Amino acid sequence: MIKGLFFILLFYFLGEGLSRLLGAYIPGSVLGMLLLFFALYFRLLKPDYVKAAATVITKNMALFFVPVSVGLMAYAEVLSRSLWAIALAIIVSTILTLVSVALVQEKLGKTPEKGGDDA
Amino acid sequence: MLSCHLLQSLLSTETALLTLVLGSYLLGIYLYKRLKFALLQPLLIAVVLVIFFLELTDIDYSVFRDRTRILNFMLGPSVVALGYVLYEQINYLKGNVLSIFTAVFVGCLVGISSVIGVARLLGADESLLVSLAPKSVTAPIAMSIAENTGGIPELAVVFVVICGMFGGLVGPLILRRLGVKSRVAKGLAMGSASHALGTARAIEMGAAEGAISGLAIGIMGIMTALLIPLVERILL
Repeated sequence: MIKGLFFILLFYFLGEGLSRLLGAYIPGSVLGMLLLFFALYFRLLKPDYVKAAATVITKNMALFFVPVSVGLMAYAEVLSRSLWAIALAIIVSTILTLVSVALVQEKLGKTPEKGGDDA
Repeated sequence: MLSCHLLQSLLSTETALLTLVLGSYLLGIYLYKRLKFALLQPLLIAVVLVIFFLELTDIDYSVFRDRTRILNFMLGPSVVALGYVLYEQINYLKGNVLSIFTAVFVGCLVGISSVIGVARLLGADESLLVSLAPKSVTAPIAMSIAENTGGIPELAVVFVVICGMFGGLVGPLILRRLGVKSRVAKGLAMGSASHALGTARAIEMGAAEGAISGLAIGIMGIMTALLIPLVERILL
């Protein structure tokens, strides 16, 4: 667990460094995710080292959202001022994103998909 | 009034507020499992409970934010940890790599331009627009995107949460209406449109859908981070 945390933090740090080198265009956490993925893919890092920590952390991501989401109360005024614009924009855009991704993948993807158990 | 002041300072300690957040989150999970109602996400329940508590005790948001910054920090490592999840799900990528990237790319462009377009049409100001733009990606990525492009990270997270709850709620219904058969397509759409909250619902559809949805969070996050500066240069 601690070993996993160490590697996750190490890759986060490397990602932050790379992000700065690239002009902060892509968040360091995203680059850290890519670096970790490639380190695992090219067998530079044993998956077992990070498995436990990564599983616990990603399964409980919602917990880490709580403090920032509570920030809603500090922005209640801004939100209520543009309530309709915000609500409609999110509803329309979320549906369009969902539909376009599903249709493109359904048209272009390999079918039938083999393997994979039915859960 | 002295005892009242004493109580408030006790309740605004790190210990008290972190206990409050973890307790509210656990209660949220319990209620969500108990009630089986998609709209009542654990996160939403926890946030409502915490806001209620802070209003009741008159503790300022800035104080709360400062005392719980360890949880805030964990958002970064949680994105990094998705790299492991991505690796675990690599089998689902085989034979579908090109279509997956094309589909998420299209969805990403459609999502960013439609959310900016509609909000602008309805008179939202620019700081609101750039905070809305990353609504379909996971919160930590959305925060840094919003910050980098001149938005308000807290607002961006609020939009991410609203988007996640909405997509998680209506996503499965829409996919059924559309007659989407492919499990990869279903999972990919849920994760691309509604990140972790969409993924939570995709897992309920099946193991493959859940896995692909987790993958979509990562791809969508990276693509959005790359595309937003370009789209905003054109639209704003």
